Amino acid sequence: MKTRERKPKLTLKRAGGRASFWMFVIMILAFFATPLLWLVLAPFDLTPRLNIKIPTLSLNNFAQMSKNPFAVHSLLNSLLFSVGTGLLVIFVGAPASYALSRVKFVGRDIFLYVLLLLSSVVTGTAALVPIFLLCLNLGLINTFYGVILVMGGGLLPAAIFILKDFTDSTPKSYEESARIFGASSFQILRNIVVPIIRPGLAVIFVWAFVGAWGDFLVPFILIRDPERSPAAVLMYSFYTEGGQAMLTTLAAFALIYSLPVIIMYLYVNKRYGFRFYGGIKG
Amino acid sequence: MSGFVEVTSLTKVFPNGTKALDSLNLSIEKGEFFALLGPSGCGKTTLLRTIGGLEQATEGFISIDSKDVTFVEPGNRNIAMVFQDYALYPHMSVEENIGYPLKVRKIEMTLKAERIKTAADALQIQNLMERKPSQISGGQQQRVAVARAMATRPDLYLFDEPLSNLDARLRLEARTFLKQLQRELGVTTILVTHDQSEALALADRMAVMELGKIRQLGSPAEFFHRPANLFVAAFIGSTPMNLLRGKIQDGKVRIGSAQIAIPSSVKSAPDGQEVVLGVRPEYLQVSSAQAGDFTGVVKVLENLGTHYLVSIDCEGTLVRGTVPDGEEPKPGTTISLLADPKRTLLYAAEGGDLI
Repeated sequence: MKTRERKPKLTLKRAGGRASFWMFVIMILAFFATPLLWLVLAPFDLTPRLNIKIPTLSLNNFAQMSKNPFAVHSLLNSLLFSVGTGLLVIFVGAPASYALSRVKFVGRDIFLYVLLLLSSVVTGTAALVPIFLLCLNLGLINTFYGVILVMGGGLLPAAIFILKDFTDSTPKSYEESARIFGASSFQILRNIVVPIIRPGLAVIFVWAFVGAWGDFLVPFILIRDPERSPAAVLMYSFYTEGGQAMLTTLAAFALIYSLPVIIMYLYVNKRYGFRFYGGIKG
Repeated sequence: MSGFVEVTSLTKVFPNGTKALDSLNLSIEKGEFFALLGPSGCGKTTLLRTIGGLEQATEGFISIDSKDVTFVEPGNRNIAMVFQDYALYPHMSVEENIGYPLKVRKIEMTLKAERIKTAADALQIQNLMERKPSQISGGQQQRVAVARAMATRPDLYLFDEPLSNLDARLRLEARTFLKQLQRELGVTTILVTHDQSEALALADRMAVMELGKIRQLGSPAEFFHRPANLFVAAFIGSTPMNLLRGKIQDGKVRIGSAQIAIPSSVKSAPDGQEVVLGVRPEYLQVSSAQAGDFTGVVKVLENLGTHYLVSIDCEGTLVRGTVPDGEEPKPGTTISLLADPKRTLLYAAEGGDLI
């Protein structure tokens, strides 16, 4: 009770501390918010610069962008790469995680950790030369599935690791009862495990989609033909002949490029709310 | 091969070396309600799961309806199992849950709908069909699980502690219902439970297991009146049996200074043998005369409703008896309890078997 009477006094020192704290917060906020603000404002500015200003409203940038022969097509390519990678990760990751969750073998945990550890190396810069050579010899250079396989392969270990957590928390009795009723492993996976871990699959799909959507290095190395380049790679070519960045096209393109990812997150959040069934309580 | 379910020298050793079943033999008749009872870790659930095919036998054989099913997939044994957590699929409605096994077995649509309806009617869950399992109560979930098992029309039901997730009152209700249902269906049923009263109430025959072996096999009445050994004697009965160490002397059982008549079921008891006298509190009556078998000061009185459970201190050991409601003694008074030689049992102190 005594402590309640002693209200903290707002001393000068305290006020100074407060002020510097807020200064710090504002600086951090500004650092991260400025690029976002540019992303939203610049596309609608008649003369976009690399700074933030009140825009002279115009849709000129979008018109400029649509004149680029590859712009729209590259977005479709990106969509193809991302959906392909997402589907690959889910369709391979779900059975793999289910198997790893249910079948116990010696060294399983170590296997999982090594897999996870190596995954960052597999698609990382370090492995790009061997991956390039591998794709070259397999005839996968300049193909869609070459890129999808490499990107999906890089994302799979982490995806399996996360999905295994979801499958682990589905009670074993669900599958056992289904087995007694005569369901095959595949039926159990499709009818029981997948619907229950669907929120997890959605999260993994979005994660793989976003990962592939934003990946620059893999398609940059493996795709030679600008007609097959995804948006992330195409953006790199928005320069004038003089070597100046074409901020008009770039600004409009950047906004459109970022939209699918945002829509994706909003949709999944609305549909699943990132919740999880788990077991039923009595 | 005579019984409907025949288990022959079944051994199950888990990869970590635990021996859950130890060359176990068991025969269950057609239409019988059979209970497997025992403390946790005794192997009763492993036995059920091995019969169901969820565990693979290390050695031995299992046959159902004269067919060797030891290496048959669980789905091809035509059995149904109700799990302790009911294993209802959370993303399916009650109707879909009941229909799922039929869908897996590719039962034709009209027949499927008819079977779902029959099962739902039998368990009175018709009004819950559209709901998700998370939207119904524990008792209703249990009914849905039983309905799902029923809809598959199995040759054998396996129940793995189906009542233990219900609260006490509901459990009693579900118990009666389950027994009635089993009678009506006439399908062979194996129930696993750790609750002795559940086994006694439900089973036609039962087995008590310990360390992967069957310690006694028989009807609930046999279990209650003549437990075959000290382990079973201590396990069966809602009020634990008095188990008193003593010695045979001059044709009587001598426990401390008390001398009790040798149970009438005992044919011969050589002098000097170390024994344990077993007597249920329900069969120990208060004698008005001082010359009872056990005399002591009343320590604790417990109200059991129609009766009181009296614990008296008889030379350092607690002896429990029952007294009808209204005739209970006051704590601190000295009373005497009388044992009926027809109701007492004698066990060998060494080995613990019934003499």
